[in-house]
Amino acid sequence: MPHYLNVYQLKWLLLSLAVVLVSHVANLPVWVIAASATFGTWRYCIEKYQWPMPKAWQLLPITLLICIGIIFTFKGFFGRDASLSLLVVMCSLKLLETKTLRDYMLVIVLGYFLVGNLFLFNQTIATFLVSIPPLILLTATLINTSLPTIQSIQFSFKLACQLLLQAVPVMLILFVLFPRIPGPLWGLPQNANNAMSGLGDSLQFGNISNLTKNSAIAFRAQFKGAIPANNQLYWRGPVLWHQKNQNWTMSSAKIGLPLEKLTVQGAPIQYAITLEPHNRLWLLMLDMPTTIPQKAKLTHDYSVLADRPVRTRMRYEATSFNQYQLGTSLSEREKLLSLQINEGENPKTIELVKTWEHLSAADKINAALNLYRQQDFFYTLQPPRLSKNSVDDFLFNTKRGFCEHYATSFVYLMRAASVPARIVTGYQGGEFNPNGNYLIVRQSDAHAWAEVWLQDKGWVRVDPTAAVSPERIEFGISEALSNTDELPIMARKDYPWLKKAYLNWDSVNNGWNQWVLGYDDKKQLDFLKKLTGKGLNLQEMLIWMMAMIVLVMVATSYFLIKQNKTKLNPAQHLYARYLNQLKRTGLEPRSSEAALDFAQRAAAVLPNQKQLIIEIAQRYNALMYSASPKPELLDELAQRIKQLKIKTL
Amino acid sequence: MQNTINAIIQAASQVILGKESHIKLSLTCLLAGGHLLIEDLPGMGKTTLAHTLAQVLGLSFRRTQFTSDLLPADIIGVSVFDRNTSNFQFHPGPIFSNVLLADEINRATPKTQSALLEAMEEHQVTVDGNTHLLPSPFFVIATQNPKHHIGTFALPESQLDRFLMRITLGYPDSQSERALLQNKGGRANAQHIQAVCDGETLLKLQQNVSHVHVSDALLDYLQALIQYTRTQFNTGLSPRAGLGLRQCAQAWAMCEGRDFVIPEDIQAVLPSVVTHRLQTDGNINIAKQILDNVAI
Repeated sequence: MPHYLNVYQLKWLLLSLAVVLVSHVANLPVWVIAASATFGTWRYCIEKYQWPMPKAWQLLPITLLICIGIIFTFKGFFGRDASLSLLVVMCSLKLLETKTLRDYMLVIVLGYFLVGNLFLFNQTIATFLVSIPPLILLTATLINTSLPTIQSIQFSFKLACQLLLQAVPVMLILFVLFPRIPGPLWGLPQNANNAMSGLGDSLQFGNISNLTKNSAIAFRAQFKGAIPANNQLYWRGPVLWHQKNQNWTMSSAKIGLPLEKLTVQGAPIQYAITLEPHNRLWLLMLDMPTTIPQKAKLTHDYSVLADRPVRTRMRYEATSFNQYQLGTSLSEREKLLSLQINEGENPKTIELVKTWEHLSAADKINAALNLYRQQDFFYTLQPPRLSKNSVDDFLFNTKRGFCEHYATSFVYLMRAASVPARIVTGYQGGEFNPNGNYLIVRQSDAHAWAEVWLQDKGWVRVDPTAAVSPERIEFGISEALSNTDELPIMARKDYPWLKKAYLNWDSVNNGWNQWVLGYDDKKQLDFLKKLTGKGLNLQEMLIWMMAMIVLVMVATSYFLIKQNKTKLNPAQHLYARYLNQLKRTGLEPRSSEAALDFAQRAAAVLPNQKQLIIEIAQRYNALMYSASPKPELLDELAQRIKQLKIKTL
Repeated sequence: MQNTINAIIQAASQVILGKESHIKLSLTCLLAGGHLLIEDLPGMGKTTLAHTLAQVLGLSFRRTQFTSDLLPADIIGVSVFDRNTSNFQFHPGPIFSNVLLADEINRATPKTQSALLEAMEEHQVTVDGNTHLLPSPFFVIATQNPKHHIGTFALPESQLDRFLMRITLGYPDSQSERALLQNKGGRANAQHIQAVCDGETLLKLQQNVSHVHVSDALLDYLQALIQYTRTQFNTGLSPRAGLGLRQCAQAWAMCEGRDFVIPEDIQAVLPSVVTHRLQTDGNINIAKQILDNVAI
């Protein structure tokens, strides 16, 4: 016969499902939330006002409607978002035919599954915290559903928390020892990668200044030695060669330029970078990288590319030198490419450059930089729109721009003046977090600068932004734009306490990324090696895992039993042992049965032990209830229980 | 001390045959200093029990048959004008005795009932502005017939609470019945019984009852019982009932020859102490329900 449940248990179930729904609120379309809430309320009314349960033929059209709605909203059933919405709405629809214990259990298990689904969306600490209340509630609901009598809310919550806490050691063991498979266990659906931001593979006006409004973290860098000065922190990304109108792009790989020659001097800079996913290939490196991660590729112009788009957080180690000489010889093709500009544009600029014809290359650079310095150029995130002859417009008219304006106009000037030049995009600077001793580089630190080729010197970095706004390069973007509120709040410097709190939080987050999310097969092997002194293979890992779990469970049980027993006084302890012995003969006292009454009953079953059984009960009573029991009573009790043992066996 | 108690029970058992546990319960009630209500059909030995107890305990005994025309003065006493002294002289009523047997208490009018119950509570009566102390010890043993209701005034619950215990004698077992029929017990024998105790000894015994040890573990159990009645019934046990339960358990433990109370003592007295205080629709097994559902 199915076991029906009461209103109280239904209320628990509905409440916990509501909390699960709230935790998913950002991941669901509004109509799914509304529909689920409606079904929940409907189920409640059925119980409260004794409405009839809907029949199957009534539910069928509703189900169909929902399916159609899902198909319309998500253009199909597949993918993470569509599946989640379907699951949520079906789970709440299931409530309408939930009557028996079995149905309740099903819905509760679905609830747990939905909580797990939270981590398909992101795996931050916040998500973890959000998942805790629904977990506790669901567990409390499970407790309430399983218990025969109604318990207080406090009791259920306390027990639920206790159960979850008891599960923590096992969880940790599983986390540390469960063999990790290289790569994710299953591929995340494609639409999970939508919302990543980062550097593009081309440069247009507005690209970088848009990125600068984003306070999201691009990567974190941890240095083995001292951190180089801010003006040395040029994080190299894609190098742009090709100009078409206002659009700069990378050189095509088809051209197949040879790797430029790099000679380095000075001390190497060793560092590790934890790159946030940006769904593109580049791995940011400090100028200029000499060792790069395995599987990564070095382009001829020293950008580093991963073998596939970076869709999960990635950690790699690298070495760079900040004293270097790059590409001292320039091939004809390279020269051609690095001088390319569109014909017939920007006449005023061409005019200006003509006046520099007699100057040397180095002087041309200075002339260009002086242009920025001496005229009233202004560094801002909100430059005016530029006309078709953008370089002309910028140089002679608006004079308001961001790093991308300075870099592009400078490279244009150089190329027009027959000096080979190219744009390098990447990040500049970073914020030091003293709590974790690492550097935070945000999207707002995105930057573009120039490299010009000089005879004998090779490619030389020139940052025209530094000519306009030296603060940007020396101290970072917050200094350069300190008097405006164009920057995201986290990149600004006006709220020191907020900043401090943020840095603390970020170091926690960094730890989480490194040790929880970044705990992959490699890290696991390293960690276990450190722990055990030798590497563990898969089999050993599994054996260790099982052994530890058994150990923890035994220890927990032992502790719990002991804790239970310490509440008993010695007399109760002895008496409990005596009752255990009697249990073998099928004699067991009811909880409401007093010792002597039970003794009478036991004596009737075991008539030849009557004397002993009665004496045991009397002594037990005396020990338990008399004003000051004589100490020898305990011995007498123990002795008699021992005697009884011999006889019954 | 123990001998006295045993002797009392022994002696009373010769009159009330086969009802040793009831005698013990009645004695427990008296030792705990409470009043006793015996509820049963006519002819079951209610009066005999009361009479025997008084006699065995060596106490003065008065019996009043309650009727609907009984007035308070008939119990308490009345002031009569004395022509010789030209004064009103108080003539004490039957209440001025150690044991008052109020036979068929539910036949009297509420006015008379309440006069009696007031005296029971206060241990004194006030007539014409003069307060007269009742003798000590003082017990009321009331009887009532539960079945025949015509012309009766049922005691309200609040007044039932004044009785520490209510017991029901029930039919004797066949052996005792036979003995009774052979004239070996019963009221005829009550005349010849010797007192084995006196008022002073009884007072001392009463004092000793309060010295019987009640442990914390036992109080836990007692409170669990009280709490159970409060959650499971319309009206639970009052604090007075709880105190009564404790005192009775102490007295019972003393009758058992122990100087501490064990759960068995509470279980033994609980049916007599609580059933008449809990408003239930004649559920006889109410005590069993309580005892079975509360863990020790």
